[in-house]
Amino acid sequence: MAKYKLKVNGKMMEAEVDPTTPVLWVLRDHLNLVGTKYGCGVGSCGACTIHLNGKAMKSCQLPVAAVAAQEITTIEGLSESGEHPVQKAWLSLDVAQCGYCQTGQIMAASALLKSKPHPTDEEIETAMNGNICRCGTYVRIKQAIQSAAKNAHQ
Amino acid sequence: MENISTNNSRRSFLKITSLTGGGMMIGFSWLANLIPNEALAEIAAPKEWVELTGFIKITADNEITIFCPNPEFGTNVMTSLPMMVAEELEADWKKIKVEMGDYDTPRFKSQFTGGSRAMNMAWVPLRTAGATARMLLLQAAANEWNVSVSELTASNSYVAHKASNKSVTYGALAAAAAKLPKPEKVSLKKISDFTLLGTPQKNVVGKNIVSGNPLFTLDYKQEGMLIAMVIHPPAFGMKLKSFDGTVAKKMAGIQDVFEIQVYKDGYTRAGFDTRAFNNLVAVVGKTTWEVINARKKVLVEWEAMATYTESVAGRGGKKMETIPGGLESTDEHLAQMNEMQKKPGKILRKDGDPEAAFAKAKKILERTYSAPFLSHNPMEPISCVAHITDEKAFFVAPIQIPEMMKQNIIANLDIPAEKIEMKLARMGGGFGRRAYGHYIIEAGLISKKVKAPVKLIYTREDDMTNGIYRPTYMVSFKAAIDENNQVTALHIKGGGIPENSIHENRFPAGSIENYMAEGWDIPSNITIGAFRAPRSNFIASAEQSFLDELAETIGKDPIDFRIELLQKAKTKPVGKNNEYDAARYIGVLELVKQKSNWSQSNNKNRGVAAYFCHSSYAAHVVEVSIKDGQPQVENVVTAMDCGFVVNPEGAKNMVEGAVVDGIGNALYGGMRFEKGVPMQKNLNQYRIIRHKETPKKIDVHFVQNTIDPTGLGEPPFPPVFAAVANALYKATGKRLYNQPYLKELTKS
Repeated sequence: MAKYKLKVNGKMMEAEVDPTTPVLWVLRDHLNLVGTKYGCGVGSCGACTIHLNGKAMKSCQLPVAAVAAQEITTIEGLSESGEHPVQKAWLSLDVAQCGYCQTGQIMAASALLKSKPHPTDEEIETAMNGNICRCGTYVRIKQAIQSAAKNAHQ
Repeated sequence: MENISTNNSRRSFLKITSLTGGGMMIGFSWLANLIPNEALAEIAAPKEWVELTGFIKITADNEITIFCPNPEFGTNVMTSLPMMVAEELEADWKKIKVEMGDYDTPRFKSQFTGGSRAMNMAWVPLRTAGATARMLLLQAAANEWNVSVSELTASNSYVAHKASNKSVTYGALAAAAAKLPKPEKVSLKKISDFTLLGTPQKNVVGKNIVSGNPLFTLDYKQEGMLIAMVIHPPAFGMKLKSFDGTVAKKMAGIQDVFEIQVYKDGYTRAGFDTRAFNNLVAVVGKTTWEVINARKKVLVEWEAMATYTESVAGRGGKKMETIPGGLESTDEHLAQMNEMQKKPGKILRKDGDPEAAFAKAKKILERTYSAPFLSHNPMEPISCVAHITDEKAFFVAPIQIPEMMKQNIIANLDIPAEKIEMKLARMGGGFGRRAYGHYIIEAGLISKKVKAPVKLIYTREDDMTNGIYRPTYMVSFKAAIDENNQVTALHIKGGGIPENSIHENRFPAGSIENYMAEGWDIPSNITIGAFRAPRSNFIASAEQSFLDELAETIGKDPIDFRIELLQKAKTKPVGKNNEYDAARYIGVLELVKQKSNWSQSNNKNRGVAAYFCHSSYAAHVVEVSIKDGQPQVENVVTAMDCGFVVNPEGAKNMVEGAVVDGIGNALYGGMRFEKGVPMQKNLNQYRIIRHKETPKKIDVHFVQNTIDPTGLGEPPFPPVFAAVANALYKATGKRLYNQPYLKELTKS
């Protein structure tokens, strides 16, 4: 057990956990941020995607001890009230079915648009390929990303 | 207008009550017609009728809340069902709040989501409830203003009297309306007068989903809640012998390690009580990561499970079921199924004289198809919250069929019905998996033992290796062709482990003069459960692949050939009990033909398939390409007939998802077993379709009609498999018979 000071969504937070604890479980069990989802625990589904220093990262593969001063952003911190252009695009395209994977998809998509504001279809597919949607909403996800890219630069 | 008596169902219940602080609540409960189907055939209660219940609450400040009766696992019932209420209530849809109703014994007598039944079951009851509320509000306004109801209009949650230019909110009328007698008859709107139903509406939970708000069981927390996991045998055919939790118990955060017996000895299982392993080791601690680590330190000894019998109350009453011991393997399964194909099966249907027709045939085409066990893999792994105290048994349960769990909870947790309180959390996918609620009992047993609220979490590995799979299947189709290139007989024979694969009364039955269907099954200790369009998802793939090859053999266009057969079934049906409406079946084929610009010159890499199940009709045209030896579905054109389309936005999304799911399962899906051990344990070993493999475009079209709506969760799924196989044949020249198709396609 050790005490970790983490910068999450712009705030300093503290958790006393085993150093090997994945950030996923620190967020969910200790910091009460449950928007980051557990899907596989082996980095294969992307439901747990967060931003680490602005880059998409699978939080089930990130031990808390490795975070240090790096900034964590979760879906709860992506925008004040669900108003991020990617979230808005998700709503206007009515993407979700069961909805469980969508926070991870949104985190992956928003990280992509930060590094590539105008991604091609192929770039979207590559960046998003680590995020599974078992309901199969991929067509709408891609449309939402294209729409967010367009709207953010109008 | 359609006049509906509020008392005309065999049993109906409508209760109007006042709310404290003014306002009204309308509780309703109707028995809705239920056509029995395979997914729900095991329901013990009334065979033909299912009770549908819900609530409409109107507060004094005009806040209208509709409680959705059906559990939500992604088919968007929380949007489409309340739309039915709002249309007839003439309520302002934008301001309506929708909440999931809890499982509640005295109020919700029966609730389930499954079998693509929600739309059809709710269609009359929910609209009648909305219309009843509207009538009461109009009457209350008429009394208040001393005018006749006919002078009033209701719209956007207001009642208006045009002559005097007066208007009033529903909320202001609700207290008075609640005191009025229930109208004996109400009028439902004509479809042509709808302003909300039939218009695209977005998911009412969308904002919560994209914001990451806690909606799912795994997100639930309460004071003092512990985390629990269970350890099950590593192989089917094994059981718990002994365990030693000494080391684990000493680890940080760990509270206890103990054994649970899920169902009591002698318990009569109902149809949805399936579970593979009855004795589990539970590990309970403060946090998830601590429990994940501690479970690895529990020393467990397993032993071979002997063959046993168990009492099961399912279709056709109570019977004893034998579950065989032994460690089963996929290769043996295939050998066993091939063996069964050589022996006579159980005759399920026979029309005409197939033996004579085959004896006279000029040509015979026979093909055999197979498919593996599939894992549902809902994105949210299996979980359940339970808190059992002397006062009540509280659950937060992701369960498709809460009502079916009641007798299980009563029997195995020793809890009287009136103490059960269950919140129905939004489910992170289900696909049939969450109809089998053994995890509710497991969570309950653990909570009882540790005397605290617990959240039971299955890891992905626990979930994927725990059974309740889509069965593995095999079937052969054999057709007799005469000298005029006419199909004179069809013989279908098949089965599966552990259930039969045949729907003997589905198309092409009814369209062929001489027809026979034979089935068999092989018992297994690998457990199965309903999987998105159970059985149909396999038999459609075989049947529609075979029809494609048969059309080619006799030199016909595959769509024209199907329509020709269906015309026969329409005008001069063969035999009895044909389970489809040939005219509607033709309708989707004609629509998909038109929308895809189907023509010989255009069909280089394209395949077609159609199917009818769960009361709706689907046809797809799929176009593929081959890149570096890998198949890629480029685009899909779909035609659906699900009657009146309640919410075109949700409906399209549902169909797109089913198409993607179908492509993924057809190409990649499959569990393998070696000596009882599942070889796929997580999503790095079980391939699920991803962004890159998704078609660029899925073009969904609906047949426009005013037939009562039917479901979309399942019907578009089964024909996807064959459409993919048929397109891949066009692209590669290789017919595919065994799923997953990628494996067969890339096999040299």
